[in-house]
Amino acid sequence: MKKLFVLLFAVLVVSGLHAQQKSDLPNVTIKDLQGKDVNIAKLSNNGKPFVITFWATWCGPCIKEHNALDEVYQDWKDETGVKIYSVSIDDSRTTAKVKPFVEGKGWDFEVLLDANGDLKRAMNVNNPPHTFLFDGSGKIVYQHTGYFDGAEEELYEEILKLKK
Amino acid sequence: MILGTLSLHAQSFLEKSQISGSFQTDAQYYMLDKDIDITDLYGKKFGINGFGKINYTNGNFSAGLRFEAFLPELNGFRNELNGVGLANIFATYDNGFIGITVGDIYDQFGSGLVFRSYEEWSLGMDNSLRGMRVIVRPTAGVTLKGVYGRQRFYWAPYLERDFNYDDYRGIVRGVDGEWNLNQSIPAMNYSEFKMSIGGSFVSKKQYDQSLFYYIPENVGAAAGRINLGYGRFAFTTEYAYKINDPSAINNFIYKEGQSLLSSLSYSQKGLGIVLQVKRTDNMSFKSMYTAKQNDLDINFIPPINYTHTHSLPSMYTYSTQPNGEMAAQFQVNYTIPKGTWLGGKYGTKLTLNMSQVNDIVRDSIMDQGQMTINKRGTLGYASNFFAISDHRFFRDINFEIDKKISRDWHLTAQYINLYYDIETIEGHAGAPPVQANIAFLDVTYKINKKQSIRLELQGLWEKEVKKGYVYDESEKKDYQKRGDWAFGLIEYTINPHWSFSIADKWNYGNPVPEFRDHYFTGTVSYIHEATRIMLSGGRQSEGVVCVGGVCRTVPASSGVSLTVSTSF
Repeated sequence: MKKLFVLLFAVLVVSGLHAQQKSDLPNVTIKDLQGKDVNIAKLSNNGKPFVITFWATWCGPCIKEHNALDEVYQDWKDETGVKIYSVSIDDSRTTAKVKPFVEGKGWDFEVLLDANGDLKRAMNVNNPPHTFLFDGSGKIVYQHTGYFDGAEEELYEEILKLKK
Repeated sequence: MILGTLSLHAQSFLEKSQISGSFQTDAQYYMLDKDIDITDLYGKKFGINGFGKINYTNGNFSAGLRFEAFLPELNGFRNELNGVGLANIFATYDNGFIGITVGDIYDQFGSGLVFRSYEEWSLGMDNSLRGMRVIVRPTAGVTLKGVYGRQRFYWAPYLERDFNYDDYRGIVRGVDGEWNLNQSIPAMNYSEFKMSIGGSFVSKKQYDQSLFYYIPENVGAAAGRINLGYGRFAFTTEYAYKINDPSAINNFIYKEGQSLLSSLSYSQKGLGIVLQVKRTDNMSFKSMYTAKQNDLDINFIPPINYTHTHSLPSMYTYSTQPNGEMAAQFQVNYTIPKGTWLGGKYGTKLTLNMSQVNDIVRDSIMDQGQMTINKRGTLGYASNFFAISDHRFFRDINFEIDKKISRDWHLTAQYINLYYDIETIEGHAGAPPVQANIAFLDVTYKINKKQSIRLELQGLWEKEVKKGYVYDESEKKDYQKRGDWAFGLIEYTINPHWSFSIADKWNYGNPVPEFRDHYFTGTVSYIHEATRIMLSGGRQSEGVVCVGGVCRTVPASSGVSLTVSTSF
């Protein structure tokens, strides 16, 4: 039975490799800061590009990246219409802290809670920070793991490429 | 004609197919190092932990598998992990109204007090449930879930009992319901007042193999939760109750268990305040009553204290004591606005956090004709729900400042005052608590758009180290406190690919002069999009590594390690 399953899986994988992608957004439901369900497959930004970035309140480089993105976010929005979704992978140790933390830092991103890592697993994030750029149709055009000072510049260049 | 239709269908099926996945391997080559007491490798020169996973999705259908190889496992990981095989396999169909998953399941009810299955690769921890899950969403805002299965227990087979593992895992079954009133009642859609409620019931069916005790074969646990919000305020609380569940963790007492977790928060732009309290009483819940450490946990009792990530502040990390704890935590995040005298051009971010954990109070009870307390085979003890014991497990008071000084300079500094009952938390019998002041400074200078330099300086100063020499009964050797530490790191990064760093952790204040060792490490890492390759060499000090509130101890080691991680 297990072998059959693996075989079936292998067939699907091979067929998948030949496939043309439509949207890379997984069919996973997580919550927003108000406790409302959000189905990731339905995320969009009116045909404009958007970013999904994974972080946690206990992840130092993630907070650096968020601070850096926060500084340029208004300019990026004005110039490209890009939207940033910030997905916290904080689990029940720290989920209650996420909202006061985000507000206390003064960030303006749309924050979502992935408390048991469902989206993290579906999007194959090994370690935070991990940032994805989607084009207007929901296809991943760029992704980056880790954060070095100034890495947001590279992300912005990728966003500008989509504008053309 | 039929073939044509079929191939058309096949084509649209193929077009919707998607493959993604990820891969990581951590390898280490171990070397002898007499200075830090590594005089024998016990035949283990290499350790490799690796996994690869593939996800397939097609519309409402998704499936995935994860392959793992520990050949052999890295030092500090449980040797039960040694092996290779398919660790996780699942298939899901979810159309929004109903979702079915078969295979290895990860899920969580509420905050996890009665059920949470999850994995933390970096700790070698995985308690996924092999079985089935059904999720039904009958109307907006209502979610009903049911799960059942057996938990992963390293490589023990699921179907037949494996006596090598002493495996008589039980079956776990659970149901959960959640109702978000704002989502389901139109009049409340845009209300300032937010409310959701939920409840769960979980039971385990286990097999009584004990010669000494009568072990209950069905153990039930229930939890209820409520989340309220009004404007800038939010209140969440969850209470859990478990019937008697004698086990190796609770010393085979027949007392019921309870847990309560509540938080109250206030947030506005630039200011966030949160207060949390928690009570845990005899709440270890495992699918096999003889399981120890983090094995076969059905529930998750979250530690609520601050999670430190720098090297010295995270040296003494608290982990949940499931048998009893009274905990509180308070945190303020405040940003001094831009353009003010203290805020400067970019604003100044401040964080204050205080947390403390004490034991619960246990009173003796009358059982089997005598007064007794926490004795095997009895009802254990009585405990006043609100009473706090004088026995303190942990306290952490810390203050952090995070400041961008100019275009090129950024600074983070933190001071921590720590109290850590090492006897209770790490099990070093008789060892006095660690009381320490810890501070760090983390400065980044941006040389230009591409390059930057980061400097970290840290210190840990421990009080009353001389008294810290005891004979540790549980480990049959002398336990010696380690005293003061200093840490320094310089990192040079070239965007977007390269990072080079050297660091030294120095136990300069060890009361025993021969143990005043340096732990030098050098690291090079290369990142390309979602791929990270990291090579490092040097020494690692003995300590505890924690992720997600779960910890493992890492022995001292010396050698070279390589990490390759990617996703696609």
